[in-house]
Amino acid sequence: MELKILNIGVLTWLTFLPIIGMIIVLLLPKEQKTAVRWTSLVFTLLQVVLAFLVFIKFDRSMAGVNSADTMQFKEVFDWINVKSTGWFGSIKIEYFLGIDGISMPMVFLTAIISCIAVISSWTIEKSIKGYFALLLLLDTGMMGVFVSLDFFLFYIFWEVMLLPMYFLIGVWGGPRREYAAIKFFLYTLLGSVLLLLAMLALYFSVTIIDPASGEKIHTFNMLAMMNPANYEPGSILSGVSTSWRYLAYIAIFIGFAIKVPIFPFHTWLPDAHVEAPTAISVILAGVLLKMGTYGLLRIGFPIFPDAAMHYLYPLAFLGFINIIYGAFCAMAQKDFKKLIAYSSVSHMGIVILGMAAMNTQGMLGGMLQMFNHGTITAMLFLIVGVIYDRTHTRGLDDFGGLMNKMPKYSGVMMIAFFAAIGLPGLSGFISEAFSFLGAFQTFRWLTIASAFGIVLTAGYMLWTLQRVFLGTLPEKWNDLTDINARELSMLIPLAIIVIVLGVYPNLMLDVMNASANTLVDFVKGSAGATIIN
Amino acid sequence: MLETIINNLSNIQAEVIITVTLCVVLLVHLIDRKNTSLLTLISAAGLAVAMYILSGAVGVNSSAFSGMLSIDPFATFFKIVIVLATLVVVVMSRFSDEVNAEKKTIGEYYFLLLSMCLGMMFMVGASNLLMMYLTLEMSSLSSYVASGFTRKAKDSSEASLKYLLYGAFSSGVMLYGISIVYGLTGTLDIVGINQMLMQGSASPLALIVSSIFILVGFGYKISAVPFHFWTPDVYEGAPTTITAFLSVASKAAGFAMMMRAFKVMFIDSSVMNLPEGTWVFIQGVHIQNALMILSVLTMTLGNLVALWQDNVKRLLAYSSIAQAGYMLLGLVVLSNDGFSAVMVYFAVYLFMNLGAFYVVMLIANKINSEHIDQYRGLGKRSPLLAVALAVFLISLTGLPPTAGFIGKWMIFLSLINAKMVVVAVIGVLNSVVSLYYYVRIIRNMFLRDEQSATIEPFKFPLAQQVLLLTLLIPTLYFGLFFNQLVEFAQMSVQMFGMK
Repeated sequence: MELKILNIGVLTWLTFLPIIGMIIVLLLPKEQKTAVRWTSLVFTLLQVVLAFLVFIKFDRSMAGVNSADTMQFKEVFDWINVKSTGWFGSIKIEYFLGIDGISMPMVFLTAIISCIAVISSWTIEKSIKGYFALLLLLDTGMMGVFVSLDFFLFYIFWEVMLLPMYFLIGVWGGPRREYAAIKFFLYTLLGSVLLLLAMLALYFSVTIIDPASGEKIHTFNMLAMMNPANYEPGSILSGVSTSWRYLAYIAIFIGFAIKVPIFPFHTWLPDAHVEAPTAISVILAGVLLKMGTYGLLRIGFPIFPDAAMHYLYPLAFLGFINIIYGAFCAMAQKDFKKLIAYSSVSHMGIVILGMAAMNTQGMLGGMLQMFNHGTITAMLFLIVGVIYDRTHTRGLDDFGGLMNKMPKYSGVMMIAFFAAIGLPGLSGFISEAFSFLGAFQTFRWLTIASAFGIVLTAGYMLWTLQRVFLGTLPEKWNDLTDINARELSMLIPLAIIVIVLGVYPNLMLDVMNASANTLVDFVKGSAGATIIN
Repeated sequence: MLETIINNLSNIQAEVIITVTLCVVLLVHLIDRKNTSLLTLISAAGLAVAMYILSGAVGVNSSAFSGMLSIDPFATFFKIVIVLATLVVVVMSRFSDEVNAEKKTIGEYYFLLLSMCLGMMFMVGASNLLMMYLTLEMSSLSSYVASGFTRKAKDSSEASLKYLLYGAFSSGVMLYGISIVYGLTGTLDIVGINQMLMQGSASPLALIVSSIFILVGFGYKISAVPFHFWTPDVYEGAPTTITAFLSVASKAAGFAMMMRAFKVMFIDSSVMNLPEGTWVFIQGVHIQNALMILSVLTMTLGNLVALWQDNVKRLLAYSSIAQAGYMLLGLVVLSNDGFSAVMVYFAVYLFMNLGAFYVVMLIANKINSEHIDQYRGLGKRSPLLAVALAVFLISLTGLPPTAGFIGKWMIFLSLINAKMVVVAVIGVLNSVVSLYYYVRIIRNMFLRDEQSATIEPFKFPLAQQVLLLTLLIPTLYFGLFFNQLVEFAQMSVQMFGMK
């Protein structure tokens, strides 16, 4: 499948549209606040349109994962090409973009969440140019991560996100923003330097025949790294189930686990969420967390199938801890936003558990849960944002009886809350059910224990609902206004997605099906095949 | 004899040009004491001509003055770095209030700068221990004076004296090491020394002692831990322009000399079946281990101490110690790709470190302080300056898409290629630590508002902004397009007389 606009591939457009927007925003005069907002909105809306186009044109039968032929919307150009010397092979880095069923939902999600984040940032007044410029840069970084198939390129995009995020939390955040911002920065950098080392080790282990010159070269091509035949005998990561391979997998795993975040690397998340402005929380929970699990699916599993299979149980166990621990933490919170943050930890645990099941249902469930969690949690954070904008407090005990005062708001809230609980008919149910179904086949007792998390989720969600929306309204909130049109315009599209995917999940499952199957077969197959060897 | 000397002069045209320039600078200053901009102009012109000559000399591989000097791609690369750094610092000095306040002696300032440059250009080509010692002293002597240039400032004099004392001590130790080597081998030519050592008659103990002593001299020049004690005080006390110059050019020259000395002197060329482009030291010379310990200590201590600094100049001093630690890693791997990584690192370090010091200087011009708290609200007062400094600092941390990432990336590439994973892990963890103090400055600039109520924006003349951009653009450009840079560095690892 190919799609070109002005002779430039659609994925490049998707990735770099926000950068064009950023440049325009920076060129606008400082006083033109409305123009800055609208420029950002137009560019992110364009991105949504493109993403939708890609979603429609996407060929559901092509799997991708480890085969370049079935990757779609491919774009391959030479980027860095250092000629070889006698003692050092040429360094070849490609600008290699492409998507398959694993990345397609994420591309779509990124576009939507970015656009909604822009709308949600409408009320930002402080250094507005800087804010939107950084937001758009962040958008490019996120999109780039999901479409790049060259490890080096992937890494560049991965790191490009850090700085904008640091500033967005640090400048526009709450009272403890400095602490939260630097904590986020240090944690993520720690993860990514480990990723860097693993990437370099992979680079030296994998050789392919350069089609242009016919000589053997090292490569950063992820797909080449997935093929065991490409590993140079005697190199650091050659062989199967060697301790170097395990170490490299663990390094990559930690890099991604910090982003997910998987227990015990999660402590940056509540701080970052509580201090970040609403729009940034939405991006953080909606897209950034998915990068961790996406990284595992794109890099961790297929490049290290042996290590992935070897550490499947620990992975599932971490998923279990995430689910239960996150839920208990959420239950103990008095801060609305922190509660949602911990519920994210819990819900991402389901993704991990589903992935670790290493069968079609689990994998599909995990992947769908990534998308669904992105939309549902975005809604939840927006809901907190709406109430925080009006009252400047997030204490759960400060509220009560909002249901009568803000009926429209409460209606949207119900959808989000029940989707998070996993009520049938809403999107969360499908993905959670699939994840648990898959995991049950592989890890019976662990899944039974994890399923207890659903009860806990229902517990804290309903309790929150009761404390905030039911009961009597405190007098001080007597002049609260209901949700306005701008706020509805961000919540309604998400609510529609949640409902539609709850009723007709095939819309998304279709996209992911082929890739999920291939991924599972590939990981199991190459791990199995290599064990026989 | 005279004829040979004259013939050889054609090999060192760039150095000759610098020598002429520095004489002219002195004379002009004697004749006309008022016209300081003429001095800048002459110096810059001389350096530009030298740069032009050097760019024509790329690829030349020979030696001059009966083996005293190597004129090889390796030396040329570092000469280009040094001349470029001097050129930037000369222009920087034009904008420095600190330097221009000393109207009477400004001629000497440019003279010292150029003579430092000259000494360093000879350092990178020196292939005889005596020549190495002399050129080291030549550049050091000018540095001692230059760091005490602002005579009225107390800390500047202190810096100068400290620098001199440490320098005298460590070059003394180095000289002692050289004399032992001479005693062992009967020659001062580094290739000759290697041949003698290969015969294996030298006492191992004497060899270890002498090589460590020589290492002390180099370690002092590149401010590696534990020979770094002069660095923070000198960097803080010296005029910012000189600090910037020392941190880049002086370090580059020290590294180049060290790389040449160790590679040529102690290489064991009899060992076969090594992968191409790698080598080993003669048995009994434990420099590889020493270098590894040195590099780990240097970056760790540099980074950890930098965490507590409140003076930005001092913070950058410790940061430059840490940076030397990363570069030393490139030496530890004993391979061409390690060397080329160090060279790439220097090329990008040139822009990012000079850039950082330049911004610090511009800010000090306005607020007369280098305290980190004074940087509050800079993002509002001068967005260009603040963003530029942020980019330089991020580049020093080594995050993409800045050039600093490519420097670090190449270093780690060579480490992983040599399967030195543990050192690589220590290296990357260090860069995480370094993020904290670099971001402290960024935090103050953008996240915190100025305490005083009066926020007036800083205005900078166009010329100053142009210099800022000439440093900023390469810092970003090389982060994404490093083809030519890496190829140039790989081409330049070739040393005269070595494979």
